[in-house]
Amino acid sequence: MAQYVLIESRDPFEYGDPLYIYDLAGDLSAKGNDVTLFLVQNGVLTTRNGVKDNPLPKLRQKAPGVSVHADDFSLRERGISAANLVEGVSVSNIDSLVDLLVQDGAKIVWH
Amino acid sequence: MASILSVVERAYHGTIEEQDDTILWLSHMIKNAGGDISLLLRGNAVNYAVLGQDATGLSFGDVKLEVAPTLDKDVENLISAGVTTYVVQEDLEERGIKHEEVAKGISMIGRAQVADLFDSHDSIWHW
Amino acid sequence: MATLTIALMDSPYESGTTTTALRIIDAAVRKGHRVNVFAYEGAVNLTMADQKPHPNPVKGTSVEDQHHPTTSEWVAGVLKTELVDWINCGLCVDERGAGNWIEGARRGGPPDLLKWSNESDNTLIIGTR
Repeated sequence: MAQYVLIESRDPFEYGDPLYIYDLAGDLSAKGNDVTLFLVQNGVLTTRNGVKDNPLPKLRQKAPGVSVHADDFSLRERGISAANLVEGVSVSNIDSLVDLLVQDGAKIVWH
Repeated sequence: MASILSVVERAYHGTIEEQDDTILWLSHMIKNAGGDISLLLRGNAVNYAVLGQDATGLSFGDVKLEVAPTLDKDVENLISAGVTTYVVQEDLEERGIKHEEVAKGISMIGRAQVADLFDSHDSIWHW
Repeated sequence: MATLTIALMDSPYESGTTTTALRIIDAAVRKGHRVNVFAYEGAVNLTMADQKPHPNPVKGTSVEDQHHPTTSEWVAGVLKTELVDWINCGLCVDERGAGNWIEGARRGGPPDLLKWSNESDNTLIIGTR
């Protein structure tokens, strides 16, 4: 079992490959890995309640073991309130991301 | 030494810059430097494996691009150099690319196997 | 304390990845970690010494009002910690004419990235789009 830190900076509205990182997170988790999905920049646009065809609730259903975090600065920059987040998303910050990045043996994927 | 999986998905951005794809080039440099590196082409970068690419003919004013990129050959050269090169089959099919159109020696994998590939490498360089 | 190697590709100001990368580097060194940065392609422009702040004619503000640091100033700030080692890809520098850079950055190539990656606890590759 490995520790994966998947950092998603993209959003499903701009890119034609919207589910890639969410599917990858689910697949890696299904194989027994410890998976964190850290949303940053426009990646946090899926955290707002009311997003249509949102891949986050689907990921939560498929792979409840995946920890989903959203960068506080990226949320604040976009006016997304912590009180208006999709269920299962935790507000995090860059210090916590660094802690994840320096974990011994962690596999890091930026997308 | 850590095994590296270099994942390329963004395609066709270096034609006038380096006459290369910047990450195919870097991956070959890493191999030449003794790195244990494999390559995964996904998304639009699966088109890099298609044989018969031709980027010749660019000329701006009286300045010609004399040496055009040959990305299909670059992929073949990576394979010849011992870089195991994977392509996501569904990404080919979505783009209407048939198996017989791609370079020999390519290893086809399904999307469901991408997680296995990540698990079998120590470090993921996702460009 | 750990060592993290980071590869960057984006040129200054075009993408949020530059901001996020600087935040990660800054947070890592504040925690006492060492950070190696391999600047590839457009990212070699982050350290250009000739960067100058400018006034904002839309807002009618002066350079002083704006107080807008450039990326080279920010990079200089993290280099001052002596916990950051910064290599600019030499071939990328040459084709961009970006060789006049701030003190502390140095020239290198992909073999340096491989060496750093093998010597580091982890490697974060931040590509461009």
